[in-house]
Amino acid sequence: MSHHNYITGKTKYMNPYLAGVLLGLVLLMAFYLTGRGLGASGAMKSVVVTGIETVAPTKAENSDFYSKYIQGDNSPLNSWLVFQVLGVLVGGFLSGALAGRLGWKTEKSPNITSKRRWILAATGGALFGFGSQFGRGCTSGAALSGMATLSVAGFVTMMAIFGTAFLFAYFFRKNWI
Amino acid sequence: MGPIIPVYEISTELNFLVAFLIGLGFGFALEQAGFSSSRKLAGMFYGYDTTVLKVFFTAAITGMLGLTFMNYLGMIDMSIVYVNEYYIESAIIGGVIMGIGFIVGGFCPGTSVCAAAIGKKDAWAFLGGSLIGILLFGETYNWWKDIYTKNFLGGVKLSDTLGISDGFLVLLIIVAAIMMFWVGEWAEKKFKRPDITKEM
Repeated sequence: MSHHNYITGKTKYMNPYLAGVLLGLVLLMAFYLTGRGLGASGAMKSVVVTGIETVAPTKAENSDFYSKYIQGDNSPLNSWLVFQVLGVLVGGFLSGALAGRLGWKTEKSPNITSKRRWILAATGGALFGFGSQFGRGCTSGAALSGMATLSVAGFVTMMAIFGTAFLFAYFFRKNWI
Repeated sequence: MGPIIPVYEISTELNFLVAFLIGLGFGFALEQAGFSSSRKLAGMFYGYDTTVLKVFFTAAITGMLGLTFMNYLGMIDMSIVYVNEYYIESAIIGGVIMGIGFIVGGFCPGTSVCAAAIGKKDAWAFLGGSLIGILLFGETYNWWKDIYTKNFLGGVKLSDTLGISDGFLVLLIIVAAIMMFWVGEWAEKKFKRPDITKEM
């Protein structure tokens, strides 16, 4: 693909340190405006809670977990994080469009089939989704935003995520390299 | 004085517009960094691409430095800024499960949204999977409830635990990050995989 990159010109991606500062400024803006950092898994939880509430409202109200996220007549989809994640979708799309990276594809190692990649991605997603509820947030809400406020929880979650991924990397190497 | 929205009780509609615009910047920064590519993210764990380390720590440091200075200059009321709550067992268990999910799936929730936005089919699979994972947790919540709510200590800051000032902790983290960046740059040369990097 030889589309022109309107953001960085010759290089494919932005300099990582510059992109990090940009991401940090967005994070800081979130804290300054709202008093909270960024998030992602929280919005997905809102989708799941809305689904349960629609299909089985009594069950949702009686559950210790789902009931925490249902407030009166307000749909959990009306939450701050849902609008923020819709923004991520549009922001990612704009960046990809300006950098010439749009296109339907499955990114994978040549050693594996697309089908295997999809199964692994869905399995990894399920683990990440489950873990994000256990850990009260994912890489953005718990690790990144948590570290910015210097919270112990943020540092512990960050080390647990990255440490475990390093430990298990050897066993999954064929899928990536 | 910040945080603006809780202090000035901004209307819900404007609040959601702010949420969308912050998300826009978040998604743009993630995609520009290359976090829409699972093989670039996974490179972190094999050494051929350490962008994750560089972006994550630069962003965290920008955030913590900014908050520390804003607090010092009286621009933000830190007493109403959310500090992640300390539940040590559930943070470790959740983190370990997320770590396995990361190396198996190649994304985290935020990066999967941004990769899905540019058309990565594997990211859509990851997103679908994460909804299932959250549903599984919700359905089995009673099994984990005790450990999930164990050892609650409120929003504990690492600087208080270590008995040092916020500023000194931030300085230590900056020094540690510079050393890690140096290792990262070294690793990218040592473990380089031009066959992979040219494709991602």
